Amino acid sequence: MKQDFDVVIIGGGHAGAEAAHAAARLGVATALVTLERDGIGVMSCNPAIGGLGKGHLVREIDALDGVMGKAADASGIQFRLLNRRKGPAVQGPRTQADRHIYRKYMLSRTDGQPNLEIIEGEVADFIIDGGCVRGVILADGFRISARSVVLTTGTFLRGVIHIGDVSRPGGRMGDKPSVRLAERIDDFGLSLGRLKTGTPPRLDGRSIDWSGLEMQEPDVDPVMFSFLSEAPTCQQVSCGITHTNPRTHDIIKSNLERSAMYGGRIDGAGPRYCPSIEDKVVRFGDKEAHQIFLEPESLSDSVIYPNGISTSLPVEVQEEYVRSISGLEDASILQPGYAIEYDFVDPRALDSCLAVKGIPGLLLAGQINGTTGYEEAAAQGLVAGLNAALSAVGRDVITFSRCNSYIGVMIDDLVTRGVSEPYRMFTSRAEFRLSLRADNADQRLTPLGIEIGCVSERRKAAFEEKMDRLEAARRILESESYSANALADLGLKVSKDGSRRNGLELLSMPQVGFQEIIALNPGWSVIDQDSRLQLEREALYASYIERQKRDVAGLQRDESQVIPEEFDYAAVTGLSNELKEKLKQTRPGNLGQAGRIDGMTPAALTLILSRIRQGKHKDSA
Amino acid sequence: MDTIFAVASARGSAGVAVIRVSGPDAFEACRQCAGDVPDRRVASLRVLRGPDGGRIDEALVLTFSENRSFTGEHVVEFHVHGSPAVMSAVLERLSVIPGLRVAEPGEFTRRAMENGQMNLAQVEGLADLIGAETEAQRRQATRVLAGDLGRRADEWREALVRAAALLEVTIDFVDEDVPVDVTPEVIGLIDVVRGSLRSEISNVDYAERIRVGFEVAIVGAPNVGKSTLLNRLAGREAAITSSVAGTTRDVIEVRMDIEGLPVTLLDTAGLRTGGEEVEAIGIERARDRADKADLRVFLTEGGAPPLLEPRPSDIVRKCKGDLFPGRSASVSGLTGEGVDQLLSEIADKLGAQSAETGLATRTRHAQAMRAGVEALDAAMVCLACGATETELAAEEVRRGVRALDSLVGRVDVEAVLDEIFSSFCLGK
Repeated sequence: MKQDFDVVIIGGGHAGAEAAHAAARLGVATALVTLERDGIGVMSCNPAIGGLGKGHLVREIDALDGVMGKAADASGIQFRLLNRRKGPAVQGPRTQADRHIYRKYMLSRTDGQPNLEIIEGEVADFIIDGGCVRGVILADGFRISARSVVLTTGTFLRGVIHIGDVSRPGGRMGDKPSVRLAERIDDFGLSLGRLKTGTPPRLDGRSIDWSGLEMQEPDVDPVMFSFLSEAPTCQQVSCGITHTNPRTHDIIKSNLERSAMYGGRIDGAGPRYCPSIEDKVVRFGDKEAHQIFLEPESLSDSVIYPNGISTSLPVEVQEEYVRSISGLEDASILQPGYAIEYDFVDPRALDSCLAVKGIPGLLLAGQINGTTGYEEAAAQGLVAGLNAALSAVGRDVITFSRCNSYIGVMIDDLVTRGVSEPYRMFTSRAEFRLSLRADNADQRLTPLGIEIGCVSERRKAAFEEKMDRLEAARRILESESYSANALADLGLKVSKDGSRRNGLELLSMPQVGFQEIIALNPGWSVIDQDSRLQLEREALYASYIERQKRDVAGLQRDESQVIPEEFDYAAVTGLSNELKEKLKQTRPGNLGQAGRIDGMTPAALTLILSRIRQGKHKDSA
Repeated sequence: MDTIFAVASARGSAGVAVIRVSGPDAFEACRQCAGDVPDRRVASLRVLRGPDGGRIDEALVLTFSENRSFTGEHVVEFHVHGSPAVMSAVLERLSVIPGLRVAEPGEFTRRAMENGQMNLAQVEGLADLIGAETEAQRRQATRVLAGDLGRRADEWREALVRAAALLEVTIDFVDEDVPVDVTPEVIGLIDVVRGSLRSEISNVDYAERIRVGFEVAIVGAPNVGKSTLLNRLAGREAAITSSVAGTTRDVIEVRMDIEGLPVTLLDTAGLRTGGEEVEAIGIERARDRADKADLRVFLTEGGAPPLLEPRPSDIVRKCKGDLFPGRSASVSGLTGEGVDQLLSEIADKLGAQSAETGLATRTRHAQAMRAGVEALDAAMVCLACGATETELAAEEVRRGVRALDSLVGRVDVEAVLDEIFSSFCLGK
């Protein structure tokens, strides 16, 4: 077996798989080390991909030719575009995925990816050479050398599973936790924290009475994740909707002390946006019903994921409260719900490439960095995989900015602010939300992918063809303009400021779309449907994006001012001790990140900048 | 790039004050205020006028072109009469020109640095500036935010965070059990804030006399000679002195000029616990005034007095220097020993603080409130269009909150998420 690689990825979850593919696409020799091949691409929680913010991340992964979007399209069994009635900036594609098809797709793509080798084994140690990580040692003593190592162990670091008053070590139901690896990571002296997350009991769909339940249908015109996909390949199915009731709540309340979380057996912080049913009943006691989505996990079996009732109550209580719910009176539980506690690394130890500061050759991605969700994990995997490969062959690394992507927003949040609960993406985290849309992820990122070489010829050709069409359409629209009077004759209200308006400018007016402007100029009907849709979306936000340009420029100016890793904050006279401490802990990579640290003032930033400039003078002198 | 402006002359009230404008719109601002843009580097006399053509002041105007100025940008300097009313009026005038805003402390220096115009003295000035800035923020927090405006700003913050949370919850959690239409509540919240901002703006009148002097409180335990020192500094018997501890009950103010800075000296009741009721009230007042003062001079016999801790920027002196000749860092109101040094240290400390004077704060607030109203107006227009423009309404509310952050504090997404998670049961 080959022992010498450029990049080694530890872990075959969503972060690991995406990292391995990204590195391999850049043409470097990549090994994916996982406990077992069949664990690659497993969805351990709800088998759904996308949603608000998350769907944006998947589109961005796809724009750089990542695998998640294609896998979701290949396995999607209920495509729904969220916020369909709101503007395109906040529309998020989502699908329920067939977990078996998804996993098989991931495995076959991983098997078939050139430059990528799957190695089954448990990583027990790192090869360290002069303070740099230079490979891994497996539990059986097998050594694999590499220039960069990406660690994506998810919840496996000192994972503990809780079901009621029973707890045992485990990274995921049925899997071993990584204890030895955790001890090795302790040796690096990274700051660790503890988080928890939960899952609901899985139900047998055949034991559910669907007849009286409200059903949620899939979209009639499904919206795909990948810019290269056309339509779903799987049969589309509906989800059921039911609700808890006062009796359910009574059962839960009277058994609270038996819940692992309420019995005080869990210390980790859980996500507020995904509370357990115990939490919901306690914190929102006056609410008489909580909504539950009954989501099929696969077309080929009858497992149902009841989304909304994750729990760490004992099995018999789970059974009792489940059966108190309408439609679930005879439901049988296939696998009880459980809570899991795990260690994560304070992501402030990372730079914007997701490399550990001070330990060359080691990168971290996914849940180990305190995030939750397949999409957040995969997006980090992509970034870590690209950078592991780039740095392995001595090329310039790639970073993402808050003004070009949700990926940039997430990584910046993680590395500058750390996490206090499992970090999930929301569109509200993106201050430039109106320009970072799911529909333009390719326009924002594919050129970058083409430049660094992680994008296939097929995608490149498709992208360039689309851009040519859009550009031609813009030129056509700009070539003719109309006076206010001419527009008024056609019933379009515009201010008579003497200026003429071209087609693009007309589109940016409220309530004006292609239908209206083609009535004005039938010649514009040559523009194809896809381009029309895209130009309408752009025009809708044009004035807002124009206004944000100044903010974007300011951010880019700050981000381009790199703070050297060895920068000595203690030597900056004039900074308060409190600020020095915060800066030392976070060690921001650039002035933009420094500015987002709590309590930072413009004058303090200027002082840091002056120090950097002085340092440069000395270096060049 | 914004065009920024601020009072550039270093210390308080003087014969002439310099207001500096730097950035791409500096010359346009000059044209609007002074009628034209005088030749570069030639001092020219112009009448500065308000938007309505009303005369503000006669000023010397100096213009500098790009790469040949303090910041490396287009720069205009207005040398105006140094009265608070005139300075306030000019700042106010500049703040209504689109693209212009009050400079943040250190911002001129930063631009100079980025344009390669940095010199060492400027950089060294930064360290002092940060200290002064911290002080200014503290004073702003205790003075502005303790008053009516502060209470209102708190209400604005609360309402706007709630409005943002309501809009965001319908966006980010649309597939969950949340209200579908939050528009009526959002409109209600925004309307209240907008009305309150409007009435606040109408109170901002640049002719209004404002306090630009500094307050310096003399504090210490009873009977350490605070009143004697005040009388010495003031050169007259302003406060009753006696050897009985607790003689000064109320706060005594004496206005004076220290090296050109307008200063109000405060003599306060000696700080001690116990004492009778009237004295206790006096002590409470003393503490309160001393806390809000720009600078405190502590007189001690050794350790600090109870009830109040000196801040790093405060002045601490050992008392009754006449009784203990040779004691270091001491002062005596009786003999005048150490008084000159004390005065010059007071002047130094206050001089550093004048970087962010009440004038700039006021102009900044006024500009913030106007920008806030504009954004909230736009939000209302979006809200009227219904759910299809929720993300645009959210954007305008966000812009409004950002505009107001000098008043309501920075509201980041975490504050909005906190509100969302505490109000709605999420997690399908």
